[in-house]
Amino acid sequence: MELYTLLRQFADSWMLLFLFTFFIGVIVWAFRPGSTKAYKDTANIPFRHDDAPAPSQDQPAADKEARA
Amino acid sequence: MSNYIKLIALGLVTLFAMIGANYARDLAYQVHAIIVMIVAGGLFLYTLRRTDEPKPAAAGLENEYFDSVIRAGAIATAFWGVVGFLAGTFIAFQLAFPALNFEWADGLANFGRLRPLHTSAVIFAFGGNALIATSFYVVQRTSAARLWGGNLAWFVFWGYQLFIVLAATGYLFGSTQSKEYAEPEWHVDLWLTIVWVAYLAVFLGTIIKRKEPHIYVANWFYLSFIVTVAMLHLINNMTIPVSIWGSKSVIVWPGVQDAMIQWWYGHNAVGFFLTAGFLGMMYYFIPKQAERPVFSYKLSIIHFWALIFLYIWAGPHHLHYTALPDWASTLGMVMSVILWMPSWGGMINGLMTLSGAWDKLRTDPVIRMMVISLGFYGMSTFEGPMMSIRAVNSLSHYTDWTIGHVHSGALGWNGMITFGALYYLVPALWKRESLYSLKLVSWHFWLATLGIIFYAASMWVTGIMEGLMWREVDANGFLVNSFADTVAAKFWPYIGRALGGVMFLTGSIIMCYNLWMTVRKAPAKEASLTVPVPAE
Repeated sequence: MELYTLLRQFADSWMLLFLFTFFIGVIVWAFRPGSTKAYKDTANIPFRHDDAPAPSQDQPAADKEARA
Repeated sequence: MSNYIKLIALGLVTLFAMIGANYARDLAYQVHAIIVMIVAGGLFLYTLRRTDEPKPAAAGLENEYFDSVIRAGAIATAFWGVVGFLAGTFIAFQLAFPALNFEWADGLANFGRLRPLHTSAVIFAFGGNALIATSFYVVQRTSAARLWGGNLAWFVFWGYQLFIVLAATGYLFGSTQSKEYAEPEWHVDLWLTIVWVAYLAVFLGTIIKRKEPHIYVANWFYLSFIVTVAMLHLINNMTIPVSIWGSKSVIVWPGVQDAMIQWWYGHNAVGFFLTAGFLGMMYYFIPKQAERPVFSYKLSIIHFWALIFLYIWAGPHHLHYTALPDWASTLGMVMSVILWMPSWGGMINGLMTLSGAWDKLRTDPVIRMMVISLGFYGMSTFEGPMMSIRAVNSLSHYTDWTIGHVHSGALGWNGMITFGALYYLVPALWKRESLYSLKLVSWHFWLATLGIIFYAASMWVTGIMEGLMWREVDANGFLVNSFADTVAAKFWPYIGRALGGVMFLTGSIIMCYNLWMTVRKAPAKEASLTVPVPAE
């Protein structure tokens, strides 16, 4: 079988199936139970760290408080 | 130690550029060699002066965002925007009044040389700088981490400016590989590849060291833009240089494969550079400006995957009625029509973010700008799929309708969302209480909006008119109009479009003034006046 035919056949069958399943999987994943609650938190990410990065773990607590 | 390696590398590059300037086979290459020689030589001296000098302490930087490079990016965006709009307005007048192709500037500043300068200036210089600056801003804020890689971000910024200068001078002096939106020749492409890999490293490195557990959706869009543009750039620029001392190169793809790869590249430049990247902007700046989270995070995930799964197939609709097999252009057409859905899903997601805060449209001209950008996005993502249908395309292709479509998307969607982001960014980056003048933002808004409407309406008229004139036949089957007849008929609409351009350009100059005065005159933010306590 020449390369073109081989690739074409693969693209039309297994790859198509894989991409389609992946996409359906993404939709199912987005609507999984409990996602509404989790995404509520995620959607608020832009409102958390406007002025400075989150302090790293090894820093004293007082510093964390100052950044809040 | 690292400075010694830098000095050796810069010295070698300078030497190579000197030899290149001497042996250059064409003017564009010679100009590029001289530019590279000056830049590398200057950097050599700069590095030399700092070698073995004590370094300023860099402690505590991890507690701050890396914003200086973003400030430079905001300035570069506004600057290249005005340059690009000016070039576009000038070539619009050149089309209406051919005498503006001055004889003394023939071969340098005639329409054919300036047109790629205009498209690259607005897409890559204005849009690219906006994307790099906003992506650096957004990825830091949503990852709660400083940019990865230290001064690598500065390399990305200045490297990208050098790419723009090389590309622009190349066009003027006639170095082009004649691929739309991929005109720069092999040596400039190689440089962009290096810069782009550094860009990917900075962005990805920041995401990897993020402190937020989840990667916010805007970063998904930015990342897909960076990765896909890298892939498109590499494959569409697979060329073999004729000589290492000359601009000319030959593409490895033969005939119709080359055409297909070019438009696979070209349409995905629209899909990932001008859409996915700017959607990343939308998913951050609209929620920020409206002060409420995005309407539906679930929808944003589906929007992302649907958009990137579909866009990659849409390219063949640029090649209807060509040597490309019918099945391929049909595939492109079908995918383009399906693409309408995720596009409008994203638009609705952005617009509905304002639900419950629609009154802001009355009071905040910045949010008005962002909302109208989504309006234009929705309009052009409806127009595009329609024009990709083979029957519609037989009328619209090669006419000004296409140019009108591109501009309603680029000016309306990319331009307006970038203006909105700049109006948000400048006070935030320079720590100002607010913008200098909201009234001037309103002026900008109306000038830009009316300018786009003027432009798009003129192009619909000329496009459909010339499409109909080209296909008009008399009772005996002979063509009624010569090509020159259509050119003559387009005169007045061409004036209308040029005036639309003047309005859009005026608006952008007002924006520059307003942003400048914001930095100079607007009161500083309360919080920044207090002395920050250094973190131990």
